[in-house]
Amino acid sequence: MATKVTTPKPDQLVTSIDFTPPKTGWMDTPTIIKPGTFCWGAKGKNLATVEFPNARDWNPSDQDWKLPENWQEIFLKGMEDLLGKYRSFKVFMDICVRCGACADKCHFFIGSGDPKNMPVGRAELLRSVYRKYFTASGKMLGKVAGARELTVDVLKELWYYAYQCTECRRCSLYCPYGIDTAEITIMCREMLNLLGLNTDWISGPVANCYMKGNHLGLEPHAIMNSIEGMIDDIETVTGVRVNPSFNRKGAEILFVTPSGDLFADPGTFTCMGYLALFHELGLDYTWSTYASEGGNFGFFTSNEMAKRLNSKIYAEAKRLGVKYIIGGECGHMWRVLHQYMDTWNGPADFLEVPVSPITGTRFDTAKVLKMIHITEFTADLIKHGKLKLDPSRNDDLVVTYHDSCNTSRGMGLLDEPRYVIKSVCNNFYEMPENTIREQTFCCGSGTGLNASENMELRMRGGFPRANAVKHVKEKHGVNMLANICAIDRATLSASMDYWVPGVRVTGVHEMVANALIMKGEKERETNLRGEPLPGKEGN
Amino acid sequence: MAMMDFQGKQIEVDDDGYLLNLDDWTKDLAEHLAKQDGIDLSEAHWEVINFLREYYKQYQIAPMIKILVKEIGKAMGPEKGNTKYLYELYPGGPAKQACKYAGLPKPTGCV
Repeated sequence: MATKVTTPKPDQLVTSIDFTPPKTGWMDTPTIIKPGTFCWGAKGKNLATVEFPNARDWNPSDQDWKLPENWQEIFLKGMEDLLGKYRSFKVFMDICVRCGACADKCHFFIGSGDPKNMPVGRAELLRSVYRKYFTASGKMLGKVAGARELTVDVLKELWYYAYQCTECRRCSLYCPYGIDTAEITIMCREMLNLLGLNTDWISGPVANCYMKGNHLGLEPHAIMNSIEGMIDDIETVTGVRVNPSFNRKGAEILFVTPSGDLFADPGTFTCMGYLALFHELGLDYTWSTYASEGGNFGFFTSNEMAKRLNSKIYAEAKRLGVKYIIGGECGHMWRVLHQYMDTWNGPADFLEVPVSPITGTRFDTAKVLKMIHITEFTADLIKHGKLKLDPSRNDDLVVTYHDSCNTSRGMGLLDEPRYVIKSVCNNFYEMPENTIREQTFCCGSGTGLNASENMELRMRGGFPRANAVKHVKEKHGVNMLANICAIDRATLSASMDYWVPGVRVTGVHEMVANALIMKGEKERETNLRGEPLPGKEGN
Repeated sequence: MAMMDFQGKQIEVDDDGYLLNLDDWTKDLAEHLAKQDGIDLSEAHWEVINFLREYYKQYQIAPMIKILVKEIGKAMGPEKGNTKYLYELYPGGPAKQACKYAGLPKPTGCV
């Protein structure tokens, strides 16, 4: 029967954080897999859909994880392969001097006090196995050299902590050696994947995306139905009926966004923002019901799976014959696009370097990828004075901006979103400088940890970000947390309700469309959410 | 995967208690699931459940609350097409609770 998991109240959670390390050494401190801090195991049918190994239903709270008999051999062979394939992984296994600079930079350590959640501690779980089987000193000296056997308990520990890391890379920023701890987690998850140790929240979207083109499993008519609903709502608010096209060959631009924008609030309001903006520009663009997902949960399983899911974006661009691609407000989507897509599925030599049809700006930064981020596109429009904006329509908002880990640390997109927000809102305040831009704190639930059964873990991991929001709420009256990531829009909504009630969450293009003066619009009474605009409350 | 014993039949459910197979659903089962949460299904509850099942048949996904509100409003009038009404019926959230009784899977992804 279903397991009931309860989440502690915020004050209980805060007082439960204890930074006193256990009396025993870390190798001798057993790991207990605690309800509320892990995700349900994958369903066998979802693993089978994408031909993942050891497809079966499994439950992490069961003693028996239904591993194949030779699981240890599979894991170590997988590790050997990855060490051979990725020089970076081998270097990261070898060079850490345990200085501890990363220790208190991790949101999960700050929110849990668990030493195995220090990035160095988490990596050590795997390094100890590496030493035992892949270094001479570890083979000979064992524990003295920091090496340990790969037992079932060690495997379970690796799994538990690989899913308490959101691969946000904040720790890497402070590492004097530049060790990318996210990559260690990525490798660890990839090895666990060889044993079918996936989670339901990740493998479900992966199977959906493989079969239907997007994480939510929206079929073409469901996508169109959802967007048609948005078209009606935009007309109600603005008096303008927008008319997007789908799967249209010969369009100049293909637009790809995470499916969360199509089917989950508040992402749908961001999506209405894109629709209104593109209509106002008369942009020659098309949606695709095939390449209907910008995000890539495959990236949280294995490199090969991520590549397979990513391939449809270029394939669809080629089929439709577009010139280039604009991508929506998504986080990990951009890490994947920016750092992997060209080598996986490129070269996109059938596309052109993006040129804005409105301003003539040539985006040479996207010379290889042929894909630009919508905030780059919109910032350029505003810079050239191509949009008529009335920021006073957003005067009820006091806004701060959360840098998504992937767009900030993963691709350096720091100023464009801020420029856009400041152009469409009069009240904007930054959170403290060690919590934004490259140093941003994770939402606490990225890399597919945004399930509901692990809510305690999510709220622990979301604590540092929420704490910075609380600071600007108290100091400046901030009531709106803007971001450019679909996972953020879903997860920060939950963490704000929990930690900082009264602060809501929005995508940037929702605010753009609210401020945008459209040709032929009626006098606006409400924003895209149907709430009265400032000064129109009595109407 | 978890099993639920109902009327002598073993029914597969996920770890949150959602049915794994839409075909296992019966009206009796919906009544039973609701009773576990202390809810007696009224005519008004059934209107929502029936709508959800119809929607799922057409779109293969549970609707967003926004769509649910809008469509219920269209079909049954504005006094029912609002979030407050639906939350009164389903205090655990119309999307989560009503979908569970309707036998629909819970949505996953960036939601």
